[in-house]
Amino acid sequence: MEPKPIIIALAGNPNSGKTTLFNKLTGSRQRIGNWPGVTIEKKEGTVKGLNHVTVQDLPGIYSLSPYTPEEEISRNYLLNEQPDVILNIVDSSNLERNLYLTTQLLELDIPVVVALNFIDVSRRDGDKIDSRKLEKKLGCPVIETSALKGEGVDECIARCISTVRSDDNTGRADKVAAPFGEEIEKTIKEIESAVGDVAQKRHRWTAIKAFERDEKALTGLSLTALQREMIEGIIRRTEEKLDDDSESIITTERYAAIKALTDNVIVRAERKGNLTRSDRIDRVVTHRFWAYPIFIAVMAALYYIAISLGINTQDMVDGWFGDGLIPLVQGWMEGLGASGWLTGLVTDGIIGGVGAVLSFVPQMIILFILLGIMEDIGYMARIAFILDRLFRRFGLSGKSFIPMLIGTGCSVPGIMASRTIESQRDRRMTIINTPMIPCGAKLPIIALVAGAVFGGAWWVAPLAYFLGLLAVIVSGIILKKTKMFYGDPSPFVMELPAYHVPSVGNVARSTWERSWSFIKRAGTVILLSSVVLWFLLHFAVIDGSLVMIEDEMIADSIAAKVGAVLGHLFAPLGFGGWQASLATVTGLIAKEEVISTFGVIFRIEDALGIIEEGQYAGVGAIAQHFTQLSAFSFMLFNLFCPPCFAAMGAIKREMNSAKWTWFAIGYLFVFAYILSFIVYQIGFLFTGGSFNVLSGLAVALLAGSLYLLFRKPRAGVFVSA
Amino acid sequence: MLTLNDLKVGETAVVVRLHGQGAVRRRIMDMGITKGVPVRITKFAPLGDPVEINVLDYELTIRKSDCALIEVEKEI
Repeated sequence: MEPKPIIIALAGNPNSGKTTLFNKLTGSRQRIGNWPGVTIEKKEGTVKGLNHVTVQDLPGIYSLSPYTPEEEISRNYLLNEQPDVILNIVDSSNLERNLYLTTQLLELDIPVVVALNFIDVSRRDGDKIDSRKLEKKLGCPVIETSALKGEGVDECIARCISTVRSDDNTGRADKVAAPFGEEIEKTIKEIESAVGDVAQKRHRWTAIKAFERDEKALTGLSLTALQREMIEGIIRRTEEKLDDDSESIITTERYAAIKALTDNVIVRAERKGNLTRSDRIDRVVTHRFWAYPIFIAVMAALYYIAISLGINTQDMVDGWFGDGLIPLVQGWMEGLGASGWLTGLVTDGIIGGVGAVLSFVPQMIILFILLGIMEDIGYMARIAFILDRLFRRFGLSGKSFIPMLIGTGCSVPGIMASRTIESQRDRRMTIINTPMIPCGAKLPIIALVAGAVFGGAWWVAPLAYFLGLLAVIVSGIILKKTKMFYGDPSPFVMELPAYHVPSVGNVARSTWERSWSFIKRAGTVILLSSVVLWFLLHFAVIDGSLVMIEDEMIADSIAAKVGAVLGHLFAPLGFGGWQASLATVTGLIAKEEVISTFGVIFRIEDALGIIEEGQYAGVGAIAQHFTQLSAFSFMLFNLFCPPCFAAMGAIKREMNSAKWTWFAIGYLFVFAYILSFIVYQIGFLFTGGSFNVLSGLAVALLAGSLYLLFRKPRAGVFVSA
Repeated sequence: MLTLNDLKVGETAVVVRLHGQGAVRRRIMDMGITKGVPVRITKFAPLGDPVEINVLDYELTIRKSDCALIEVEKEI
């Protein structure tokens, strides 16, 4: 007979080794997505060798309070989805704080099995924990584990299964694990009676939540107005008696009860002058002076390896496709007598599109490996620590630095690197602002304008980078003051976890998962849009019928016609010709395409190569198409306007919400448009143009932007600055 | 009122009360900073903010603006 399916919910603090345990349990049998509508990752998997046992990984949480999205997700899952058992992973080197969550989980009336993890670390540090005693006091099984070493993992699963099967009584806390003080226990009992039969189970938990005035926990319970009044009365009375508010009372009592419990259960070792191994490492790493040089060195190494090596691999893959696969297939298809358009579609459109996606992958793999190592070690938290002061001003988190640094090479892996940011608001802000940083692909555009149009003026390129940085700062400040980003409940209170040796398994798995999800999600967007754009560029409507055209006839293509229409949109920015509009549109495939398209339009062979070599005379035809001002405006727009389709795909993947994805793209477009508009129109005035409606509009927009930048944000919501 | 901001590196104090409200306050309490718990200042970030403190034998970083919510009294 088929064994009954069992669902194990995996819950625990961040940094407790939950990921390592999850990986050890499920191996490659994991499914990864996002919880609906949020940027928070959802992982579930099947236990290796046991098809009927599923593990649902819950976000790392410190508590089941109703404030952060992670806590809400975990709470709702545990309350509504009814897992069979909770495997609570506890960091034994941090017992008290971890047990804070444990006691809350025990109140949910779901069997709990505790995995006392990092037991090897506590042993090494000399702490002695009496697990049997802990088991008796908690009223649930406690198993010593070292997820990294694989110790105790099998026992955990076995115990979870037996707990569910035999309804093993040690899995259910019939007695209270860590009772509060007498006064509060009395109050809880009173509220339990007041609530009565309305709550079918979890009486104690419900009463505690009611006492905390946790409205979200009480939805679904039909309490009468009289009951609510009674409960409120009980709460007020206790609050007055103890001169404190109910939330504070419960958290204090809980921790006090836990302290009493742990004092009995753990014997801590003498610390050498109060320093653990991690403390000693941090003396250097977060040292008042040395922190920054070390940080810069680490970043330089990361950058060098990920970007330089990455670009090389990108070129290599491009070469395989451009010089290898495409001509091969082309020759093959032509040999078979396939029609021109089909050959074109397959080689340039589809294979070209696939190649575009895959060319990013090696770079991303390298990057993800490096990031994974840094995260696993625990260095990421230190980065956030030393950069926070600086980044806070611009509405970002210290952890936003890495995505942006990566973005200087390519914003696709940069956007994906924003995963390490816990706060949803900070993550969204980072995702939106990272594409503003000039990436490697935008370099040819900058080079074109600096070299060909401005005759090699030295200040153009640095100015472009500077503006990119400025744009991120300005954008961050403006967004931070808007209603949608202001008043986020997650304050910056962050644990600095102990340093750990990185786990190869974890790094490998996270690298694989991230790379694959990029290919899947972002990939489809890129592929589709490449095909569509290919079509628009290679077809024209001549004499009423759809005809495929040669490259030289690009001026007649549908795309060109579209460009002409879009030209009206871009005219106020100074580049209303169909050529520039079309180039901008093709820039959506990849920013280098802007130059390539110009090359095709102005009949310049290998425009990209020419610019890369600095032979600006060769692209003179393009330069002449612009005035200096319009070229500058064009450059600005392309630097900031919605990035390539690949980046859009990455945004979509990370935002996990159509609303936010469209917002990000729309915002970037509007930002770029207004910036170019202001620069061009006001520049126009300075170069002798006459004041008109557009100039007036530009001035108004400038004033408006400055207002958004410097205004006082709305008062009334307390948020750490 | 003495707050966490009044302490120097290496000093320990005992938490007396949590001011503020809502998510910020709850988060601080959830992390173990509750009445009667001793807290020690480990160090300040290179730019002076945030602060790294030691509570319940682990390291926590918290911004100065949030430290102002934590009322303490010096250990006798």
